[in-house]
Order: sequence, then C-alpha cells, then structure tokens
Amino acid sequence: MKTIQLPINGNDIQKLRVGDEVQISGHMVTARDMAHRYMTDQWPDWLVPLLRDGAIYHCGPVVSQNNGVYAALSAGPTTSIREEPYAHRVIARYGPRLLIGKGGMGDKTLEAMRQHGAVYIHATGGAASVIAKSIVHIHAVHMLAEFGAPEAFWELEVENFTGVVTMDAHGGSLHRTVREASQKQLFALLGDT
Amino acid sequence: MPPSFKDTFVELLRRASTQLPQDVTTALREGHAAEIQGSPASNALETILENISLSRRNSTPLCQDTGTNIWHVYHPRTICKTAIEEIIREATAEACQRSYLRANAVDPITNLNTGNNLGQRFPVISFYEWRSSAIRAAVMLKGGGCENVSCQYALPYEPIHAGRDLEGVRRVVLDGVFNAQGRGCAPGIIGVGVGGDRITGMIEAKHQLWRELGDENENPLLSKLEKRLYSECNQLGIGPMGYGGKTTVLGVKVGAIHRVPASYFVSISYMCWASRRACVTIAPSGKLTYHKRVPRYFGCNTPNCKGPSH
Ligand code: SF4
Repeated sequence: MKTIQLPINGNDIQKLRVGDEVQISGHMVTARDMAHRYMTDQWPDWLVPLLRDGAIYHCGPVVSQNNGVYAALSAGPTTSIREEPYAHRVIARYGPRLLIGKGGMGDKTLEAMRQHGAVYIHATGGAASVIAKSIVHIHAVHMLAEFGAPEAFWELEVENFTGVVTMDAHGGSLHRTVREASQKQLFALLGDT
Repeated sequence: MPPSFKDTFVELLRRASTQLPQDVTTALREGHAAEIQGSPASNALETILENISLSRRNSTPLCQDTGTNIWHVYHPRTICKTAIEEIIREATAEACQRSYLRANAVDPITNLNTGNNLGQRFPVISFYEWRSSAIRAAVMLKGGGCENVSCQYALPYEPIHAGRDLEGVRRVVLDGVFNAQGRGCAPGIIGVGVGGDRITGMIEAKHQLWRELGDENENPLLSKLEKRLYSECNQLGIGPMGYGGKTTVLGVKVGAIHRVPASYFVSISYMCWASRRACVTIAPSGKLTYHKRVPRYFGCNTPNCKGPSH
C-alpha cells in the first residue's frame, strides 16, 4: 500500500505504477458530466487553484445537511469513461495529478496523463458507505443550484481514501490488459461451440 | 395502529437502499473466497463486503447511485391505483429528503435536477391485479452505471455468428458481458430476455433480476443455458471492478417470451453487484410482512392462481 498526500508533484506521480494500491489523504474535488462540460465550455479560472496538483473525483455523492454543515453519507465513484471527451483538455488546462473514478478511461486520457504527469485511480464501485467514511470534511460546494447535488463540485477533505492505480503516467493501463486477455478468452469460448 | 402506507413505503425504500439481499451477499462472499488473497480483485470484494455491513448498520445507501426505482404493486381489484401511485411518490420524496435515496430525476431537455427524486414516469410503477385481498409492493433500485452497459442484440448477429437459437443467445450474452468489462460494477447479475420486441424483451430481462440467485429455472433448456453461461462468463477473467479475476458475474438468469416471426431479440439487463430489491406485503388488517426474498409473481396467467401463495 502506497500513501499519497495531496497536493502531489509530478516527480512523485512518476513513481506510481499500474497495480499499485494507494491510500490518499488531502483535498479533492468532485466533478462529473455537467461539471466537465462546464470546465471545457467556460474554462473557469476559479477552479485552477483547487485542481492544480490535486485530484478530480468522478462522483455524485449523497450528502446530508445539518445546520449548514454538509456530511457525505454515500460517495462511491461514477463511471469515468463518460468524461473521456473532456478529460484530456481538463488535464492540460487545470493540471490535476489524480483522476479518480471507476471503469477506467480511454487512449486520449492515457496520452494526456503521460504528457502532463497524472494517473487514474480506480475506487471500488458501489462501496459508497465505506468511501464516505474516508471523507472527513466537506469544505464547500460550488454550482449546487445550477447542477443539482449529484453534479455539483464538492470540495472534500479525505483521509485514507483507498484505490488502485489502473492507468499510470508511463502509458500503462490495467483496463487495456484485462480487455485484451478477456477478448482471447471470449474468442476461445466462441470458437468451441 | 398500523403505520400509514406512506411510512411503510419509506421504510421499504430504506431497506432497499441500505440492506443488500442475503443471496447476493452470500454470492459475493463466495466470490471473495475464490479470488487470490491480497489481489486487487480480492481487496475490492472485501471492501464491498465491508460496505454491505456498514450500510446496514448505519442505514446509509449502499451506493450513492440509488438508481431508477422500479416498483411492482400487486393489488386486489378494489384498490385505487392512482392513490397508491400518489403515496409511492410522496414516500419517494420523503426517502430522498431523509437521504435514503439520492435526488436522481433529471430533465433531459434542461438538464435540471428536480431535487426530490420525482419526475415523469419516475419512479417507474407497474400494477398487477391479483385475487388476494392483500397488497404487495416490491421495489428494485437499478443503478445507472450498469444500465449503461445493458444492451440488446437482434439475431442473426453476424460479427460473432450468432443465429436464431439458444446457441446464438449464448454467444451474444458472452459478447455483452465482455463489452461491459468492469464498467457495470462487476461482479454483475445478468438478466436475459429472449424474444419479445425491443421493449417487452428488455422488461423480461429486468424481470429476471427479481429472481434469487439460487433459483432454478423451470425450463430445463434455459436452466442448462444459465449454468453454462454462469461458468463461461466467469472464465472471461474480467473480475471484480474489471481488475481481472475469477468473479465476473454472480448469476445469469434467462427468461423467454414469444416473438413475431420477423424478430429475434436478445435483451441483456446488467445489474451491478449492488442488486437492491425489497418487498412488503400489507394484509387487509394492516399487518406488515417484509420479505427476506422477493416472492415470484408477475401477473401470472395460471388459471385460478391465488397469487400470494405462488
Ligand atoms: S453500477 Fe451499481 S454499484 Fe456501480 S455505481 Fe451504479 S448503482 Fe452503484
């Protein structure tokens, strides 16, 4: 198990490899479909300091509010591939070092990660209560009224958030490896009828 | 005094969202035992199992995506369906307010979230009249991630030489599970509807997801196909979350309904490991029974069928 303290610099990112299990602590920001469109349509400057050397978490949490204090009750990852059309531009412009989600991403993102020094971390899909436990504080929320709770930018403080590096800054992708191996199996199963 | 219908439905939603059915939990445990200890696959299943106990203990949603809520309501002919529908909608909004459900209803034209989990045909409610004087309500939470990898094939499907027979069905199901990789939060449960049209075939596929994992198909040919597909899907090596591993699916359930001569659809409904379903029966006296397992009953056509005993 490797530990990551956010913010993280480009050198430390190079040390992470596909298959590494990691525990992340620090500041991260959620962003999903509407947020990605907004980031690449409007290029908001206010996000740059929040994301540079930081983490984007693909997540639409269930959040409770008590006397103005937010708490994450259930906050697992959402499918990342939907952000494939935007992620490479987001990486280039905002400089996040970690993209966190589930299901992995495609070649464009992989290439942008290689160029700019970033990795993709896979969290356990559906393990939302366990993950919520690692969110120790919610600093702020942005665009809540505009996007609705699942799609807003939630600024989270996390402690020991666990995941697996499935795409690294050296062009490695576990998703590609598993896909290729399972395709061989598929062909074998279809060949023998 | 028995609790109001609304309170009962809020409680049903709480259970559905926070308590995973026992058969699914057991299958996940078996999957965990099969994986190599310390591998990402094994650790992912461990986290999932921990998540299941934690969610139950704290009454928090198993997954933040509380999905499309699919309701089946069985009712005597004397009941007013509009009233039940209204109560279900009130209960849904309340469950959302209490954070058992996420506000999940989004207008596709404006992209605005309604904020209370209610929308057009949202939740989805089907009514079935039966001869019992009790009311039974079952609800399934179907996540969006796994819905996105669900698919439909029209046979013949040439790319993998799938013809119009059960061998063709087998081929496209394997192809569908391969294409899904880990993206539907594998290990998944595969509901298959053979025949029908593009709508009824998918409804049949979704109906299959109500079945218990250990449930044996009454049709011997389909039963054989289910077992073979279960074993073969798990040979694909996709594994939990697509990390690679032995546990790609927890079950494959196949139903068949009549088709027109021109069409042969195979509809595949992928359900993530968070296969959330719950069921309650309300007796005329107001007595409530929360079922451990969802009894099978889908507008059964058997003559003289008495419904609940079925
Ligand atoms: S596919 Fe299921 S487990 Fe995965 S995020 Fe969606 S609802 Fe949750």
